[in-house]
Amino acid sequence: MGVELFSDIASKYNYLGVVILMMIGLYAMIAKNNLVKKIIGMNIFQTAIILFYVSTAAKRGATIPIIRHGHNGHGHEVIHAAEYINPLPHVLMLTAIVVSVATLGVALALAVKVYHQYGTLEEDEIRGQLRNK
Amino acid sequence: MENLSPHFPALIIIVPLIAALLTSAAGWLNRRLCFHFAALGLFTSLLVSTGLLASVLDKDVILYRLGGWPAPWGILYRIDRLNGLVLVVIFFIAFLNLIANKRTVEESFPEQLGGFYALYVLFVTGLSGMVATGDAFNLYVLLEISSLTGYALIGIGHERAPLAGLNYLFMGTIGASLYLLGIGFLYLMTGSLNMTDIASLLPGFYGSPVMVLAFLLCMTGLFIKMALFPLHAWLPNAYSFSPSASIGVIAPLTTKVMIYVMIRMTFDVFTPDFSFKMMHLGEVMVWLAVAAIIMGSLFALAQTRLKRMLTYVIIAEVGYMVGGFWLGNRMAVTGAVLHILNDAVMTLCIFLAAGAVVYQICGDDFEDLKGLFRKMPISMAAFTVAALSLIGVPPTCGFFSKWYLISGGIAAGHYGFVVALLFSSLVNAVLFFRIIEIGYFEPFSEGEGGHGVHHGPPAMEIREAPAGMLACLLLAAVSLIVLGIYTGDIVTRIIDLAIPPAI
Repeated sequence: MGVELFSDIASKYNYLGVVILMMIGLYAMIAKNNLVKKIIGMNIFQTAIILFYVSTAAKRGATIPIIRHGHNGHGHEVIHAAEYINPLPHVLMLTAIVVSVATLGVALALAVKVYHQYGTLEEDEIRGQLRNK
Repeated sequence: MENLSPHFPALIIIVPLIAALLTSAAGWLNRRLCFHFAALGLFTSLLVSTGLLASVLDKDVILYRLGGWPAPWGILYRIDRLNGLVLVVIFFIAFLNLIANKRTVEESFPEQLGGFYALYVLFVTGLSGMVATGDAFNLYVLLEISSLTGYALIGIGHERAPLAGLNYLFMGTIGASLYLLGIGFLYLMTGSLNMTDIASLLPGFYGSPVMVLAFLLCMTGLFIKMALFPLHAWLPNAYSFSPSASIGVIAPLTTKVMIYVMIRMTFDVFTPDFSFKMMHLGEVMVWLAVAAIIMGSLFALAQTRLKRMLTYVIIAEVGYMVGGFWLGNRMAVTGAVLHILNDAVMTLCIFLAAGAVVYQICGDDFEDLKGLFRKMPISMAAFTVAALSLIGVPPTCGFFSKWYLISGGIAAGHYGFVVALLFSSLVNAVLFFRIIEIGYFEPFSEGEGGHGVHHGPPAMEIREAPAGMLACLLLAAVSLIVLGIYTGDIVTRIIDLAIPPAI
């Protein structure tokens, strides 16, 4: 039972990696005091999901999804899906990467605004300033 | 116009998208043009969405294949009665709020007009796309478009707004990421992203733990986005510190559109059979909604500033819709859908009135509101109509959706929900009559009364809000009563046919 469970987890190590990354990101977002560290945590969280999608596309012994000589008219042989990596998750994640870059940009812009206002990026100092007002 | 009508489902996204680009380009050339481009774009979209709703009433469902790709491979836009209605509400509110806040935007952001209006129109584009799309991943992308612009619209304000916007961004990103993860699991199981396609493939997976996980991830993500009670912490700060022009569109639309997405996912992706009968979540969700209603109302009672109080009222209202929906009987679901429409217009009206007050007196502390009925009679009359609607007094639309919700609660035998609704109506009555009393009976505060420092202009100079703002405010107030009068038609012709017959 124990060995089975272990081998089960070991064969799906990609999910384990994703969960660990997500938890690291979440921890940084909740526990860190510095706003930029929180933003980095958020980015790790998003990257974990990108890794999740991309890792689900992988197949053992498969190759990149490009059909050889496809445009010379020789590409009409039967194509076995098992021989190629699934390209769709990669394409979806291109969009998700763009989204996460945009999120990072907005977050940093807001952090700059916060810094100009309070002269610090530490959350406890900002809270202290707000309380003293 | 005639030959364009098959492309209406695409136009509701493309028109505002192009308008946003033109608006931001106009910012470099002539700043006066920005407003006109934005208004033109939103008005055209309003007409298009009205046309869509009219044709959906005859045709049931309109399917539009973007780029001509057939359904499971390409992105499908799917308009039916439910989202046709929500689309009209989105553009109506966005357009009205844009016109009403023309002057506040020009005065608050004279240098950033192009940027502000471009963000505003993009925000609306994201919302309408989210409502119209029939593709689960496309929904995520549009969700992020509206969220990112929403963070910026909130963070553009002064004082504590950037910090509140940043905290909203953290929570919102977690919510959207959880939704994306849920969609990932759905894709793993079915190999499809098209909502109808997923729904047809899913029955083979009922009972699989992966499906339960996907469902819970999607729903948790959406609950964060709609600020359901234990996950609501981002909302009050983000909403109360943001500029009036932003909040007038964000507060009525964001939470309501997220509730629409929840309904869309449970009905059309996970199917009512799975969501209601197999998950056994209904009971838990209704009790969460009860907690949201009661806690939202109690927090609202504790506030001493108008806008901040209203943000807690929104949290309670989210509880109405979530609770009504998860009761799962026809009456309550009708009430929940009707309340999406009514609550959006009520929130618009009350925030426009609050915006007019803040614009005139430069503050929203209850102390500042003394004697306002004599200084701003028309704005305060509209405020009173919106307040009556939020309380649920008959001629206004708020009464009818609450009636359906309460009847649904009784039909389901869930008296906790019924009591929570009645309690919240009572609290709303206390909240708003307190403000009306301050505004009507107490004399003006001449600057030295009440709380030492008075930031606004002296009381004698307070006048009625500018004409454009007033006109929009009155239109919103009148539409509350009109919606109330036509409730019967809306329910029988649109909502009844939009809810799947299985319920």
